[in-house]
Amino acid sequence: MVTYLPRMLPLVVLSKFELPPLFRRWLQFIPIAVLSALLAPAVLMSGNRLAISLDNNTLIASVLCFGVAAKTRNIFLTIVVGILAMFMLQALR
Amino acid sequence: MNRDFITGIKKAIPVVLGYTPIGLAFGILANQQALSTFEIFLMSFIVYAGASQFIASAMIASSVNPASIILTTFLINMRHMLMSASLSTYLKHIPSSLQAVLSFGLTDETYAVDITYCKNHKPSASFLIGLHSVSHAAWVLSTVAGGILGNLISDPTRWGIDFALSAMFISLLCMHIKDKTDILVAICSAILSILLTMVLGNGWNVIIATTLAATIGVSVSLWNKKLYLSS
Repeated sequence: MVTYLPRMLPLVVLSKFELPPLFRRWLQFIPIAVLSALLAPAVLMSGNRLAISLDNNTLIASVLCFGVAAKTRNIFLTIVVGILAMFMLQALR
Repeated sequence: MNRDFITGIKKAIPVVLGYTPIGLAFGILANQQALSTFEIFLMSFIVYAGASQFIASAMIASSVNPASIILTTFLINMRHMLMSASLSTYLKHIPSSLQAVLSFGLTDETYAVDITYCKNHKPSASFLIGLHSVSHAAWVLSTVAGGILGNLISDPTRWGIDFALSAMFISLLCMHIKDKTDILVAICSAILSILLTMVLGNGWNVIIATTLAATIGVSVSLWNKKLYLSS
């Protein structure tokens, strides 16, 4: 229930209404904001502190992924490059 | 109808790739923390939330009272309200009963794929069912496999395969970013999320950072429009 209700209620209830344009505009920013909020701690933090350095494998792999994603717009290629990069970085250290 | 279902399954592949190592890791850990394989199955099927399950399993192991476990799980999963709300504008044509079923399969990862697809196509229920059911099955199966294999295998997340999910998020984020305001929202959300994680720990960061960053985005686009109108 506690995991289901937050997933279900807004979708079922809000889809019944014609939402005001300003709120719709707000909702349009949600995907970008959510993805960024999920990614940032995973990529830039280790434990509970900032980890912005060349020792951070995840950060290096992510920068590479951003490059590939921006250039190719290809999800699979981005994932393959990311996993390979992580493998190689871990093997090298 | 059937083609959409197949498309949904195909779009689930990155999600499955990411869920498998994390699911295995959860199964192994939960097994060590004395959850039975059947309990792992039930938890993954019903709760179906990665981070919450790791935390809940640890709390169960240290016999925290059930009310606190439930409350913690709720707080961590409140972020899905925002995702659910943002999908609502695209799924008006789907009947409520079906929406209620589909939203059971809404996770960070399936949401990311859903919303990217919705921006370019009119999503059919079969597409969402294909994507959500395969992702859900991958989570349940991998956690159960981890529980059964237990100590026989070493932690699969050590090899970095779970980075598949971050890589997927990165590529989906890039597809959504269209202009300078979008970049600003992404940067604000990232900074806020990190600061909040430092101050409050995991749980509240995503929902607060997202709410504030989206509000900043709306304010900036209003401001730009005003400047444009007055000049």
